Amino acid sequence: MSALDPTAPPPGEGAPKSDVLRRLRGNPTFVVGAFIFLLIFLMAIFAPLLAPYDPYSQSMSNRVVPPVWMERGSWDHVLGTDGLGRDYLSRIIYGARISLLIAIFTVITSGLIGTTLGVLSGYFGGKVDLVINFFIMTRLTLPVVMVALAVVALFGGSLTVVILVLGFLLWDRFAVVTRAATQQLRNQEYIQASRSLGFTTRQIIFRDVLPNILDRLAVIATFEMAQAILLEAALSFLGLGVQPPTPSWGLMVAEGRQFLLFDPWLIMIPGAAIVVLVMAINLAGDGLRDAMAPENRN
Amino acid sequence: MLLYMAQRIGLAVCVCLAVSLLAFLLLNASGDVAAAIAGEEATPEQLAAIRAELGLERPWLVRYAEWIGAALTGDFGNSLFFQRPVSELIFYRLPTTLTLASLAAVIMLSLAVPLGVLAALWPGSFVDRAALAIAVMGQAMPNFWFGLILLVVFSLMLGWAPASGSATLGHFVLPAIALGYYSTPPMMRLIRAGMIEALASDYVRTARAKGIGTGKVIFKHALRNAVIPVVSLLAVQFGNMLGGSVVIETVFGIQGLGYLAWESISRMDLPVVQAILLIVAVFYIALVLLSDMANAWLDPRIRIQ
Repeated sequence: MSALDPTAPPPGEGAPKSDVLRRLRGNPTFVVGAFIFLLIFLMAIFAPLLAPYDPYSQSMSNRVVPPVWMERGSWDHVLGTDGLGRDYLSRIIYGARISLLIAIFTVITSGLIGTTLGVLSGYFGGKVDLVINFFIMTRLTLPVVMVALAVVALFGGSLTVVILVLGFLLWDRFAVVTRAATQQLRNQEYIQASRSLGFTTRQIIFRDVLPNILDRLAVIATFEMAQAILLEAALSFLGLGVQPPTPSWGLMVAEGRQFLLFDPWLIMIPGAAIVVLVMAINLAGDGLRDAMAPENRN
Repeated sequence: MLLYMAQRIGLAVCVCLAVSLLAFLLLNASGDVAAAIAGEEATPEQLAAIRAELGLERPWLVRYAEWIGAALTGDFGNSLFFQRPVSELIFYRLPTTLTLASLAAVIMLSLAVPLGVLAALWPGSFVDRAALAIAVMGQAMPNFWFGLILLVVFSLMLGWAPASGSATLGHFVLPAIALGYYSTPPMMRLIRAGMIEALASDYVRTARAKGIGTGKVIFKHALRNAVIPVVSLLAVQFGNMLGGSVVIETVFGIQGLGYLAWESISRMDLPVVQAILLIVAVFYIALVLLSDMANAWLDPRIRIQ
């Protein structure tokens, strides 16, 4: 079965490290994406300092106040308030924490699983490769959203469960790409030299293989982070992700749904937040990929 | 070719079995299934009744063997909520989801093919940039959110399309756009890259040198060679759309397989969930298998590997 991967780096050698860094700085796509990501990251870390209100405190007299640029809006609540009178700006700021936590820990989990499988499969080949390839195929066959929904329904919608289930579902691209990259490296002269010098497999994998696929891992990590954020939002939107009253952007869209007709801004704002974060991560990833293989920009 | 087909089919069957085992274990791994179904206020007698009804006291391997054996004959047991055969429920809902996914695939292709080809013909041009912008947006927008926006604008504000349900083909247009747009960027990128490569190849240069018209070169020579990976991606994406329909069907209230999956998951109707997981996976495997066959037929080099 064919595993198609739009983010796979092109065949051929990666560029030397110093060149990559230099090109990254001159790559507007990467700079813009990374800058926005950094802003959102800082916003998440300093949320308690930035948020004007407690994101959980309700106010029944201040329900569905529109944002400042609309009629009836006021500077007291710049982005308005939700159906329970909670300050929307504060909830958006705290929501960044949920999205980023999910993104980072999911990618760590899936990256560990996928890279381990991919490197083993690519390095050893033969039967190991067959078995791991079978794992990859089986994983690709599972419908991600449905499996994730079912697991959350069974084990409860906590942050940990969402991270684990996404981590155990999103490792396929890591495995596919590291497998191909390791296969290429395996027959390189310097690795054969290490082998004939008597280095153990473990040493070769950690000192010769992994450092040389690190740049590709970085690119996949960005795409999987984006994927994890979108999936968490979808799960929370369906009520089987992060549970209320946690300020998750996907959950906020779901909560805003009952005001769809007269106050569509309640779904527009958290949705736009998701778009900005995911787009920033994707732009950074695109830039990273181009910087590693400038000859393949088309 | 026969050997190649036999290998692929054998592998597909193994993957099917692995997935069925995973689906079964996953839904039985939560500790006490009976407690999950009955809810927190269940009495011990109720729990015992549920365990007896589902045969939960027997070893899981026996239950799995029974389930998969029955599933092969099309019997997925009874839904705990509807008290009707699961196969009947699925049979009734599947055409709706297939319609949705097919329409989404048509929309995806009618966006991705022209944009991908035009972007490849004039890299760096306005069309290329517009295609890139569409791709960047498509990859960043959560599809449920895009669906809700379509709903607000085209159903509630403009009144051009019905808001929910699946009575007419018109009901499917907005959800299909939401579902199809999300899969457009990878397809567009693939077509663009394939076309750029094909257009730079020797055979296209030769065809041009022979004086063959540009249109004919693009469609007959270049596009035809760029289409092989497209077939594979289309199969994968169609399979993903079936699974991804759970989100879009919930937004638009379409009574398809995805909606049934969501309802059943919320209600802990495990026999239905198991069956849907398996069926979506089998569809995916069958599609990938078909695309592998199609590619082996299109490109003889693949068969010899």
